[in-house]
Amino acid sequence: MEVKILSAKFDIEGAHNLEVAKQHGAYATLDKLFTMDPAEVTTIVKDSGLRGRGGAGFPAGLKWTFLPKDGDKPVYLCVNSDESEPATFKDRYILVRDPHMLIEGIIICSYAINSHDTYIYIRGEYTSQVKVLQAAIDEAYAAGYLGEKACGQDFRIDVTVHRGAGAYVCGEETALLESIEGKKGQPRSKPPFPAVEGLYGCPTIINNVQTIASLPFILANGADAYKAYGTEKSTGTHLFGISGLVQKPGMYELPLGLPLLEVLDKVAGGLREGRTLKGVIPGGSSTPVLTPEEAQTVTLDYESMAEHQTMFGSGGIVVLDDTVDIVKLVENLIYFYHHESCGQCTPCREGLGWMLKIVKKIIRGEGSTEDIDLLVELCDNIEMKTVCVLSAACTMPVRSYLNKFRHEFEAYVKGGASTQSAM
Amino acid sequence: MSDRSQLIETGVPFTFDAQRDAEFERLVKRYPTRESMILPSLWLVQEQEGWISAEAIAYIADRIGTFASKVFEAATFYTMYHLRPMGKYHICICRTLSCYLLGKQEIVDFLNREIGIKPGEVSSDKMFSLEEVECLGHCGSAPVVQVNGEFYENMNVEKLKELLATLN
Ligand SMILES: Cc1cc2nc3c(=O)[nH]c(=O)nc-3n(C[C@H](O)[C@H](O)[C@H](O)COP(=O)(O)O)c2cc1C
Ligand code: SF4
Ligand code: FES
Repeated sequence: MEVKILSAKFDIEGAHNLEVAKQHGAYATLDKLFTMDPAEVTTIVKDSGLRGRGGAGFPAGLKWTFLPKDGDKPVYLCVNSDESEPATFKDRYILVRDPHMLIEGIIICSYAINSHDTYIYIRGEYTSQVKVLQAAIDEAYAAGYLGEKACGQDFRIDVTVHRGAGAYVCGEETALLESIEGKKGQPRSKPPFPAVEGLYGCPTIINNVQTIASLPFILANGADAYKAYGTEKSTGTHLFGISGLVQKPGMYELPLGLPLLEVLDKVAGGLREGRTLKGVIPGGSSTPVLTPEEAQTVTLDYESMAEHQTMFGSGGIVVLDDTVDIVKLVENLIYFYHHESCGQCTPCREGLGWMLKIVKKIIRGEGSTEDIDLLVELCDNIEMKTVCVLSAACTMPVRSYLNKFRHEFEAYVKGGASTQSAM
Repeated sequence: MSDRSQLIETGVPFTFDAQRDAEFERLVKRYPTRESMILPSLWLVQEQEGWISAEAIAYIADRIGTFASKVFEAATFYTMYHLRPMGKYHICICRTLSCYLLGKQEIVDFLNREIGIKPGEVSSDKMFSLEEVECLGHCGSAPVVQVNGEFYENMNVEKLKELLATLN
């Protein structure tokens, strides 16, 4: 089931070094790139169907066309390498195993959108990873791929790594911009959208690491070659991170559209000995949970996930077996989002705090049925009433657990949990 | 994990060493505004000293040409900046979803017993500090622990014992 498009060089010793990467085809698309018209590059990316891999799945090429035409302000490119959504650990592989694929993608995108300055926003915790990335950028400068005359063209490309420092919310694109500007990571109200008014008030494209790293393959092989993988509307491949209670957790590159359960069985080795499936989180902790029944019919693509009232998200799949106590898992989830709230909207800052208190009360055995209903009501009152969707990233999954596993909450309320705790 | 409400004075003025000074000068050219140097400067201070003092905040503000309150604001918002000295070995344990499912609590409890400190504390001999942090992006090899920035994956009590034995 696995394919090797993005991960083609991941297992090659030393492929993070320029020499080795080049032996395996790095930067081979550049000659072709500069013979093309920038608009042609955008068209190929549009035709490939590539969608943003940061979580929302917005068509990449289409986003680029939102930049104002003939503006006199500089255009910025920001590569989102914040990778902080719980259960997401895919971009890291690109950063350390094939950073030159990312840099080549940056060159392609910069040319297409006429940008001369790229900022790679990397989460602060990636300490050794940032060193590998910076070393690759230094190599690319020394070899002339970046700099005043990038790739020997009359085209400047500067790439600067900007380190975050432990704030999940900075993965949200406008918080990321604030953070680069030296401020607290507090998201901005949209509109204006960053493509019109982004970094330093200038037009800005923000794309995920994996999105940008997909560009060299698409340019080298054409839109059709990319579309040969995946489904009609969810084209290409994705780096899936599978974690939780499975035999072989890990990062696997798969074409989109495969049946979830088959992937869990054949790729991730299935459940642990003697366990049964309780649920699957399909794409990072903010995506609504799937029950075992729902998991039977879902496939790993944007459309099927939407049909199942959840989201494809970041491709971070978490497997939950019968040992998992859903109420405690929900406590863990709410704790995360409450902790990471930037604090500027009252429903998020206070509301998530209330939700945490109520769940704790239920776990202590002091809750009532009304408390379960109150949690649902709080979800309704918080969601979509805030500047960014961090609050919804909490309430959407929590509502799904309340709906699908209400009996576990009720068991706490009635005294005695329904399931054994995993701890 | 620091007490994020108060800065500590060392009584000694702060300056970048030659290496950090050069890095500051390299980076400042990359941004159209000097305020963008706030986060990189805080990192440079922390790399040099291990933590960020009141004097360092004042120095950054002065060097950038901005208000100390802006630097302070960033230093308090971003949780990886330490506003007081940490242990020689700063141990971060992921407390989020996948690590939670795979037994991070055993690790916290073990370290608690072994070193005698809880998350948020520094040991009295200043050797260790402990912190529970959010998802570290290594969920496929949970549970994970970071010691002075270095990742240790698929952790368990046995492996932690071995690791602790190498730290002195
Ligand atoms: C709270 C929050 C956290 C986010 N974290 C990330 C992240 O860590 N990495 C990422 O690429 N996108 C993240 N996003 C999505 C970005 O806002 C943005 O949609 C994405 O970087 C766009 O790139 P793409 O179109 O290539 O996916 C986050 C969004 C929200 C609301
Ligand atoms: S929803 Fe939460 S994280 Fe987003 S802007 Fe409002 S307070 Fe900040
Ligand atoms: S949940 Fe611990 S590393 Fe992601």
